[in-house]
Amino acid sequence: MSAYSVTEPTPRAKWAAGILVALYALITMIPLLWIIATGFKSPADAISYPPKVVFDPTLEGYVNLFTTRTRQTDEFLAANPPETWYEEIVRQYDMVIVGPSRYGERFMNSIIIGFGSTFLSVFLGTLAAYAFSRFKIPLKDDLLFFVLSTRMMPPIAVAIPIFLMFRSLGLSDTHAGMILLYTAVNLSLAVWLLKGFMDEIPREYEEAALIDGYTRFQAFYKVVLPQATTGIVATAIFCLIFAWNEYAFAVLLTSGNAQTAPPFIPTIIGVGGQDWPAVAAGATLFLLPVLVFTVLLRKHLLRGITFGAVRK
Amino acid sequence: MANLAESAARATPPSVARRVRGLSDRAIAWIFVAPTIFLLLAVNIFPLIWTIRLSFTNFRANRNREVEWVGLRNYERILTDSDIWLTMQATAHFLIWTIVFQVLIGFTLAWLINKNFRGNDFLTTMIVLPMMLSPAVVGNFWTFLYQPQIGLFNYIVSFFTGVDPSSFEMIGSVNLAPWAIVIVDTWMWTPFVMLICLAGLRSIPEYIYEAAEIDRASKWRQFWTITIPMVLPFLMLAVLFRGIENFKMFDLVVLLTGGGPGSTTELTSINLKREAFEKWRTGYASAYAIILFVTVFGLASIYVKALNKVKER
Repeated sequence: MSAYSVTEPTPRAKWAAGILVALYALITMIPLLWIIATGFKSPADAISYPPKVVFDPTLEGYVNLFTTRTRQTDEFLAANPPETWYEEIVRQYDMVIVGPSRYGERFMNSIIIGFGSTFLSVFLGTLAAYAFSRFKIPLKDDLLFFVLSTRMMPPIAVAIPIFLMFRSLGLSDTHAGMILLYTAVNLSLAVWLLKGFMDEIPREYEEAALIDGYTRFQAFYKVVLPQATTGIVATAIFCLIFAWNEYAFAVLLTSGNAQTAPPFIPTIIGVGGQDWPAVAAGATLFLLPVLVFTVLLRKHLLRGITFGAVRK
Repeated sequence: MANLAESAARATPPSVARRVRGLSDRAIAWIFVAPTIFLLLAVNIFPLIWTIRLSFTNFRANRNREVEWVGLRNYERILTDSDIWLTMQATAHFLIWTIVFQVLIGFTLAWLINKNFRGNDFLTTMIVLPMMLSPAVVGNFWTFLYQPQIGLFNYIVSFFTGVDPSSFEMIGSVNLAPWAIVIVDTWMWTPFVMLICLAGLRSIPEYIYEAAEIDRASKWRQFWTITIPMVLPFLMLAVLFRGIENFKMFDLVVLLTGGGPGSTTELTSINLKREAFEKWRTGYASAYAIILFVTVFGLASIYVKALNKVKER
């Protein structure tokens, strides 16, 4: 800025502000860095005192996360030497791998339910948002408020009748049931966000297309949809993150078959309590996609978390 | 343009084109909105009505016995139950202190970031990371950080204060547990308040400050008479969101403390879960759920009215 500005802080004020914010950022990152670090520690290093910042990294946590193991007799161990690097890691404790753990399944469930519900809520949300943005609909404001108010119920309160409903419809502990439920929960977010994005697309584009002989439907998907791509992608990522992180419904309505990763990770048990390196490894793999998405989304973050109320 | 229309017409399968050409805007509007409304009715409103119905019965979802109508007895019992008032107190403690800390820290951070020092974008992205993560997974890991003796949190506290790290338990002690959940929630959600405040600060037009400068208003005065009032609607919106979210709080706290020790951190959602899915008092829990819903809805409506008044000013 070349012109004199009264709001431009002095260089010294900028420095001080920068240092304070950097300090806060550092503190706030410690728990996250600790999760990642613990994933690469041995169980002994993970619970040592004082807490170890420098340690020999090992993949034990990751091996334990993906396998189930059992203790074996010395004769058996001597007769069957380890063949792979991960078997070798387990042998330190006189154990052998007997099969995969359920983490892979749970992770897949998170992916299926997450993407399924995201696709549905964005698809339905786009249609509804376009209608709300462009047409006169009787009781429009009331309908929009109704869409939002469904978010005010505590999830546990909603879960009581949903539990009964799913039980009688045979949807308990199924992927279809969870996709449907997450779609309904995410729809309010999708409609509100997408309506905001569509409101920003000038009507003139469609009107020009209509004059050129497009039908309304063609104008919608050949003119408006391409313009709304950024908004649709941002909305989809928000829906995906919500479904990915959701815990309350997942823990109450799923168990063996359709359980997602969040209720599963805290149940990873080792010898004598939680196997912290394995928990941390599971958490790292589970949180990583969200961290990447958050960085990609940073321009739209504010809009997403406020349902489009604040647009910057 | 005509060219464009032609190529568009070619690209459209004739069957689709024929089917939709006749549709009026009105028909399209309804076709587009109907699935959403239908799904929300099926998954939100129908269950709500069912909950209201159940709340007048003594139904238990794990038993197959005759269901009786009990009228308002469930409501009466809840409102006179002293345990539930304790739960409400725990919720109020959590709600008030998380909002106080998040507003103070969040606003300060936004104010500092708004100095536009170099690298502020990068630091902002780092700061917002915790709020996007799974509260269940993160909450579970915090129990590790809070372990006495080996936990990183206790170690850092003892490093700076000299208190023996095994002398206090953040989760296990009646006095500290309510603060343990406040700390984790503040860590996670301060960035939310910060982002909204930042948007507020950046929306203040510079000419207002220029006018104040010409009037020789001090920086201190400018802060209280321009910055704060202009950011207030944004701040209030942030508080509304955090208030509703934390009133519904379940995942983070249930994995941190499970409501304990005793019932010191048993927030309403956790209490409700116990009644509905552990004691299986479905009818009673339904009445409880309705009371909670009415409370949130009522408080939020009053708050939104106040917010609109501030905005008009």
